[in-house]
Amino acid sequence: MNVLRMRAVGRDHGSGAGLVRALRDIDLSVAGGEFVAVMGPSGSGKSTLLTLAGGLDTPTAGQVLVDGDDLGSLGPARLAALRRRRIGYVFQDLNLIPGLTAAENVMLPRELDGVRTRAARREARAALAEVGVGDLADRFPDEMSGGQQQRVAIARALVGDRGLVLTDEPTGALDSQTGDEVMRLLRTRCDAGAACLMVTHDARHAAWADRVVFLRDGALVDGTGARPGPDTLLEAGR
Amino acid sequence: MSIRHGLLALLAQGPRYGYQLRAEFESSTGSTWPLNIGQVYSTLSRLERDELVLRGDADEEGRFVYSITAEGTAEVRHWFATPVERTDRPRDELAIKLAMAVTTPGVDVADVVQTQRTATLRALQDLTRLKAGASAAPADPGEQAWRLVLESMVFHAEAEVRWLDHCESFMVRVTPPARPAAAPADAPKEARR
Repeated sequence: MNVLRMRAVGRDHGSGAGLVRALRDIDLSVAGGEFVAVMGPSGSGKSTLLTLAGGLDTPTAGQVLVDGDDLGSLGPARLAALRRRRIGYVFQDLNLIPGLTAAENVMLPRELDGVRTRAARREARAALAEVGVGDLADRFPDEMSGGQQQRVAIARALVGDRGLVLTDEPTGALDSQTGDEVMRLLRTRCDAGAACLMVTHDARHAAWADRVVFLRDGALVDGTGARPGPDTLLEAGR
Repeated sequence: MSIRHGLLALLAQGPRYGYQLRAEFESSTGSTWPLNIGQVYSTLSRLERDELVLRGDADEEGRFVYSITAEGTAEVRHWFATPVERTDRPRDELAIKLAMAVTTPGVDVADVVQTQRTATLRALQDLTRLKAGASAAPADPGEQAWRLVLESMVFHAEAEVRWLDHCESFMVRVTPPARPAAAPADAPKEARR
């Protein structure tokens, strides 16, 4: 079942002579349990693709569906709720709130969603433990290393069992060892059933994905194909 | 590839039979470079000739134990202390192919680059799957050795993809853009973004 589906998606900026086609005719689906990486140089449209997939921007052509819901057909309140409940974001700049502890940062989206403080705290602690920083729950961001902060950001993206994880260069400035640990976490999350879409220019990180697609000048040009599994074998047998 | 030094390094840990050397060489490199037993014995006889190893007497099953000499130990120490020469590495077929692609009329360099990039990424995915399936922090020295060999292959593949990315953007930069057919030949050049 496709958690994310992008159908003939395009995104133009400006018009007339100043028209810039940031993305053209993008068809891309990510199923539950699948990890897809989008690779491309800077300016190829990677980040635009991710903001469209997450409902943070609106396409000028085509449709974006999350769990079958067309984001373009939702009003602002329902779109915001869908973003909060079903989509987790991990960006390069972590956007942790400096005045909140690790646990409070992770709790925040859940509390905004109406989960009671006590339950939200319990979930946050579990999510932090899952990414290996359970002992840092009461620390503030500036009391943690870059790798630890990134884990907290991932815990915040995963809390509440969101089915779609969107991530933009999640290993940013981390060293290769810490970067691998972050990829391992995302991989584990996908293996547990989440759909994950990552944009990156780093081949070593993209290789953690089941499928890698290449973006050039706003269009998908090629891909490594799906990882052979029961589903694809069934498809092939049909 | 220095089988010679690999075998010497194993013998520096103590005397071994030929078949033991083969098994240990393969396990410490994760069977990345399988050896046949003939290679092992021909290498051992050269090492014996150069007085770096000594062949002992045959045991009751007719097997020989090899041990390292003082010169052999010095050779191993020297090997670990010396960087690998760049010129010892094989010619890079991909670099040659791209060089030829650039100079051969009618070949689309971008296609050659993309075909290779996809293939290398697939290989990188396979290597990463092996890595993902193993412990993040193996305790066993054999596992650790295998991990380092695996990472070496991962980093080589990554370097290849980065180099391909570089080739692609380099070619875009140095190739003049195709002019629209209708444009007059003496039209002033437009500023490119």
